[in-house]
Amino acid sequence: MSLQVSNISKAFGGFQALSGVSLEVPTGALVGLIGPNGAGKSTLFSVISGFMPPDEGSISFDGRSLDGLSPAERARSGLVRTFQVPREFAHLTVRENMMAAAPDQTGESLVGLFFRPGKVREEEQRLAEEVAEVIRFLRLERVADQPAGKLSGGQKKLVELGRALLVKPRLILLDEPFAGVNPVLIGEIMERIRELNGRGIGFLVIEHDLEALTRLAPHLYVMDQGRILTQGAPDAVLADARVREAYLGGAV
Amino acid sequence: MDAYLAAITIIALIYMLLSLGLTLQYGLTGLINFGHVGFFAIGAYTSALLSLQGVPLALSIPAAAVTAGLAAWPIGLISLRLRDDYFAIVTLGFSETVRLVITSEKWLTNGVQGIPGIPRLFESISVGIGAQLAVMGVLLVVTLAAIYAMRRIVASPFGRVIEAIRDNEEALQALGKDPARFKIQVLILGSALAGIAGAFYAHYITYIVPDQFIPLVTFYVWMAIIIGGVGRVSGAVVGTGLLMLFLEGSRFLRDIVPGVSEVEMASLRIGVVGLLLVLFTIYRPQGLMGDFTKR
Repeated sequence: MSLQVSNISKAFGGFQALSGVSLEVPTGALVGLIGPNGAGKSTLFSVISGFMPPDEGSISFDGRSLDGLSPAERARSGLVRTFQVPREFAHLTVRENMMAAAPDQTGESLVGLFFRPGKVREEEQRLAEEVAEVIRFLRLERVADQPAGKLSGGQKKLVELGRALLVKPRLILLDEPFAGVNPVLIGEIMERIRELNGRGIGFLVIEHDLEALTRLAPHLYVMDQGRILTQGAPDAVLADARVREAYLGGAV
Repeated sequence: MDAYLAAITIIALIYMLLSLGLTLQYGLTGLINFGHVGFFAIGAYTSALLSLQGVPLALSIPAAAVTAGLAAWPIGLISLRLRDDYFAIVTLGFSETVRLVITSEKWLTNGVQGIPGIPRLFESISVGIGAQLAVMGVLLVVTLAAIYAMRRIVASPFGRVIEAIRDNEEALQALGKDPARFKIQVLILGSALAGIAGAFYAHYITYIVPDQFIPLVTFYVWMAIIIGGVGRVSGAVVGTGLLMLFLEGSRFLRDIVPGVSEVEMASLRIGVVGLLLVLFTIYRPQGLMGDFTKR
């Protein structure tokens, strides 16, 4: 079992955002997490990725507890997240955005930068090739040398995905990868996610848009009002009366 | 007149070092440091006091850099826990605290009376403009070295990461990087530059008092980098040059414009700089050297 979330609760003042949420993402699986707005999906992501401490519960990744680890430590352990509203490095080019994500560069220390210029140059060359390959894979060649802040919403989502890939993750948490993206690009992004999943990278995908996610993920969790409502294959989940009630407000 | 030009150039080079430090901290990393003058003061007093104890300037000036850099370390630790705007207030408070400490610790700093008779660089060259030119030469070498180091940093993986911190710190954390380490290094480095600037200032002016280290100095540096273009090394250089030209040039303006007293002129000067800043923010937010494609 790759990611194991057990009994997570989180309250903001009097508002219970998450109550006893448990879910599992097996190694290399592609799992979806759906739910209406305000269900607590993004809060759950913040807790899993370490940006927000839970009130209760624990999280482990590949058998190792993540409790108390910083967001950076969690990312280095192979669990990388993206954000609902893209957080590109706006003034860096697409290429630089991805290069900035690469771990353990000698040139990131001032000592390495000034005293080991040969090694830095060599690493930069290797990294540039690696990034060029990711850019090709994501079909971002045309905008590779533009500032990321100038891209469309969908392209920014791809840049975030590309950056995550540079960290060499085993599991990527995607926060609404299709929100605000034009339909053609949605298909593209889905295709890339499937390909990466085929290479063994696991995904936990939050999506508000039911239809898109049921096409992508063979296993779904449904959240509503801070709880896991149900889980299972898309067809079974969609047929569940509680799910339809949560989405349609009881008009079933 | 030659001596006057040399004097302006020396002061401009000292400000350029301050601007380069702030460009590293704010322009590249996004740290809003409103207390730059505090590190300038620490450098000035460190080198002045050491040199009066007989320490050669070749040692006291580097010592000023080290002391100012060390003073930035705790500020760096604080910065990790504060949001941008709070950090700005804390640094402003820090520089005022430095000034108050200098004012009240008379046993060390001679309080408001200040420290007179600080040794000059190249004291042996006493005649004519020779000493001035020698000081200018040394400062030019130091400034060029700082510019070279900054350009190396901008083009490096380190530079890429600090610019990523400026653009979105949380995203960088989510990619497994620890912004803390970088921010502390940047604060120490920029403050060490301010310390060196302070040391040169002390040995050039030869007389320092707490009143020379008011927040206005910090904001002059801010004006310089905003006019030149934040986040660009060339912006720091051009902005400082222009600001100095204007501040000094406006002295002559008084001779042309009748009926303006020295005191009124001082206020008028700041007013015009303020107007320039407003106009730049509206019409050219990226500064003179800023790149049109960015932002």
